[in-house]
Amino acid sequence: MTDLLAGRVLTDAAAQQRLKRRHRAERRFKYYGLAAIFAALGVLAVLLVTIVGSGYSAFQQTYIQLDIELREDVIDPNGTRLDDDLRQANYAVLVREALLKIFPEASGRRDRREVSHLISSGAGIQLLNMMLKDSSLIGTTQTIWFKASADLDSFSKGQIPRDVPEDERKVSDKQIAWIDQLSEMGLVEKKFNYDFFTTADSREPEQAGILGAVVGSLLTLIVTLVLSFPIAVAAAVYLEEFAPKNKLTDFIEININNLAAVPSIVFGLLGLAVFLNYFELPRSAPLVGGMVLALMTLPTIIIASRAALKAVPPSIREAAMGMGASPVQMVMHHVLPLAMPGILTGTIIGMAQALGETAPLLMIGMVAFIVDVPGSFTDASTVLPVQVFLWADAPERGFVERTSAAIMVLLAFLIAMNILAVLLRRRFERRW
Amino acid sequence: MSATLLIVVLLVLSAVAFQVGRSKALRSTGGKIAPLHSLPTYYGSYVALWVGIPSLIVVALWLIFEPQIINALLLAALPEQVRALTPAELGLQINDIKNHALGGITSSELSPQLQQVADYYVSLRQNGLLGMAIVAIAAGIGGLAIGWRHVAPNFRARNHVERTIRIVLIVASSIAILTTVGIVLSLLFESIRFFAQVSPIEFLFGLQWSPQTALRADQVGQSGAFGAVPIFAGTLLITIIAMVVAVPIGLFSAIYMAEYASPRFRSVIKPVLEVLAGIPTVVYGFFAALTVAPAIRGFGEGIGLDVASESALAAGLVMGIMIIPFVSSLSDDVINAVPQSLRDGSFAMGATKSETVRQVVLPAALPGIVGSVLLAVSRAIGETMIVVMAAGLAANLTANPFEAVTTVTVQIVTLLTGDQEFDSAKTLAAFALGLVLFVITLGLNVIALRVVRRYREKYD
Repeated sequence: MTDLLAGRVLTDAAAQQRLKRRHRAERRFKYYGLAAIFAALGVLAVLLVTIVGSGYSAFQQTYIQLDIELREDVIDPNGTRLDDDLRQANYAVLVREALLKIFPEASGRRDRREVSHLISSGAGIQLLNMMLKDSSLIGTTQTIWFKASADLDSFSKGQIPRDVPEDERKVSDKQIAWIDQLSEMGLVEKKFNYDFFTTADSREPEQAGILGAVVGSLLTLIVTLVLSFPIAVAAAVYLEEFAPKNKLTDFIEININNLAAVPSIVFGLLGLAVFLNYFELPRSAPLVGGMVLALMTLPTIIIASRAALKAVPPSIREAAMGMGASPVQMVMHHVLPLAMPGILTGTIIGMAQALGETAPLLMIGMVAFIVDVPGSFTDASTVLPVQVFLWADAPERGFVERTSAAIMVLLAFLIAMNILAVLLRRRFERRW
Repeated sequence: MSATLLIVVLLVLSAVAFQVGRSKALRSTGGKIAPLHSLPTYYGSYVALWVGIPSLIVVALWLIFEPQIINALLLAALPEQVRALTPAELGLQINDIKNHALGGITSSELSPQLQQVADYYVSLRQNGLLGMAIVAIAAGIGGLAIGWRHVAPNFRARNHVERTIRIVLIVASSIAILTTVGIVLSLLFESIRFFAQVSPIEFLFGLQWSPQTALRADQVGQSGAFGAVPIFAGTLLITIIAMVVAVPIGLFSAIYMAEYASPRFRSVIKPVLEVLAGIPTVVYGFFAALTVAPAIRGFGEGIGLDVASESALAAGLVMGIMIIPFVSSLSDDVINAVPQSLRDGSFAMGATKSETVRQVVLPAALPGIVGSVLLAVSRAIGETMIVVMAAGLAANLTANPFEAVTTVTVQIVTLLTGDQEFDSAKTLAAFALGLVLFVITLGLNVIALRVVRRYREKYD
């Protein structure tokens, strides 16, 4: 019977057709799946390539070398050498003089202005700081590297093309001629942009750095960690080890699950209404930001900690109890230490989430323009993702590459944290 | 006395208490441990808790009630004519005094009388902090004395300490409830104040949204309209676009991962896909605004379409990409949970793998997949940074994905990050929108979790 049937199926042409069609459909279906995966991976690749491609140039900065005559009659006409007097002086004049010495043809008012726009407006501060450090330099002539202004920097990195009409680009023909002349003289150089990592925000792209945001992020994360880790572990221990099965416990569990899915911006509204308006804590402070993020990351850490506690086998508990330990001793001395690697992994992942979070911090005013590196938990500050948001909004050309560079730094931190979590899991993971 | 110093003092005091309790317990038995009911450290911890808890309660009470008490005292100190001002002006005046007192930026010079109030405010705050510190330290020392007196060989220190630990654990787990209550109350209170100015009917069904309120009565175009329908429609449009991207890609990758992929392929690709979920949303926002939106605009111009530079399509597409891993990993779990016996049965009937997936596995997994899609929808609705950076600001009631629309989250951010007017309907509107957002996402989550759980029970 089966032989007969099999023979008929194999010989029937229509059946073979049908089989072929079904196999084609099978292959198609499989390729849809593969295509979906590679579409997602492709987008990820495009995203990363775009960010790196537009951001790597921010790690270099164009510098221009000038011989500055540190004239005493400009810097310190009274000869006092007091810091207050040195601060009064107009150092920009000295920079312009040095430039005009190289380009004597720039004589008109407009030309002179364009000449001084070759150099960053931070050059004066740079000279002032030199003078404050060593006032004996006054009266001498020094060879100093200055940052080029942001537009010139973009131009020399090729981001502003030469061949567009002059009125459509930010660099004038004359400035191009000057910068060409300077590079022929060997006075223009691209150097690694250390300042990007050692300064805080600025209105001028070439002077803006991420240190302020990194320190702000660090302070905020410290607050988040100090608040959320103990509370989350305590809550997880209670729910997993001690909680009786009753309405209250159920209610707590439902709450935790729902909090994990509440939009982050709602936590920002909570912070604004409760921490800022009711408790009158300072606006824009890492303290408040950390508190809001702690509430936000609590569910993540609680859920991960409970999974880690659940993974500790009951035999450990029974052995401890058998030796006469009280339930609290059993948990504190045996279960919790064994679950700690898993708990720490969950905590790091929660911290990585908190590090990348922006929206709730906008609500509590961490979106301000801050030029100082924050020094304490109550100083006004910003954080890395908010810095990205601020720079992405800035109209200057030079901020585009800095935004991407800040994103690269942010992603580097996140990758480092995730690798740490993976290593921790690998190193301490135990199969019972 | 600064807050940090107080914390240090209290910590030192607790450490001292620990030593005192421990050594008293040991001394009471002449250095032998056996006659003690508990280990000596428990006696130490017991006394330390007697220091820590009362002083912490004092600090907590002070933190909760200090602003209210000081505000009341400040109000009482104000001259009569200032107190007669309207609440809004009064609030402004008080803010001014506080800013002045704390060395901040003020909008006007203070009169000598108000300057006096500002000085009074500074002294109030300093004295308040000092007084609190003294009370807290006194409470700690008092606690130390009480705890110290309890220490005796047959005193059950361990039981007391463990009971306290349990109470601390319960308090920690109820913080989740407190957070929810805090969210609900803060959103509700501010929303009620908003709805006192704008009727809920107008808010929920009005078609006009322009939240600027007039500063002067004769201003043009500053009437202030709070009809939120265009915002809800914009949110819906962007969410639909995101789902159109995320659901097919996420579902197909989940099917491939669960049914076709070799374990090695799976172990490599799955974490890489999860990276998409780990990228901060502000990065997606930048990507949408810098790369995707201009690309779509250029493409639209190429085929003769008029595309806004902040089109709903750009924000929706990028949001969809962000959500792919949510859909795929949740659906992956659900598909994996379908019992192998169902597949085997289907194969035995001669079905191919894809036929099995389509006709047996997917129908069986459908409730779970619906649940995961609902969770993804709630994610999309609450997502903020992508839309803040890539979607429009102006409310626009349209279903055209090439036009700029705005969303609930964008409006919350723009209403609360600009210049804030004190108690204006504009600021309060953000909380009303937040309430709507909270209720909708909560509803979606509850339904989704219930669907997923019921489905799990069916096969477990």
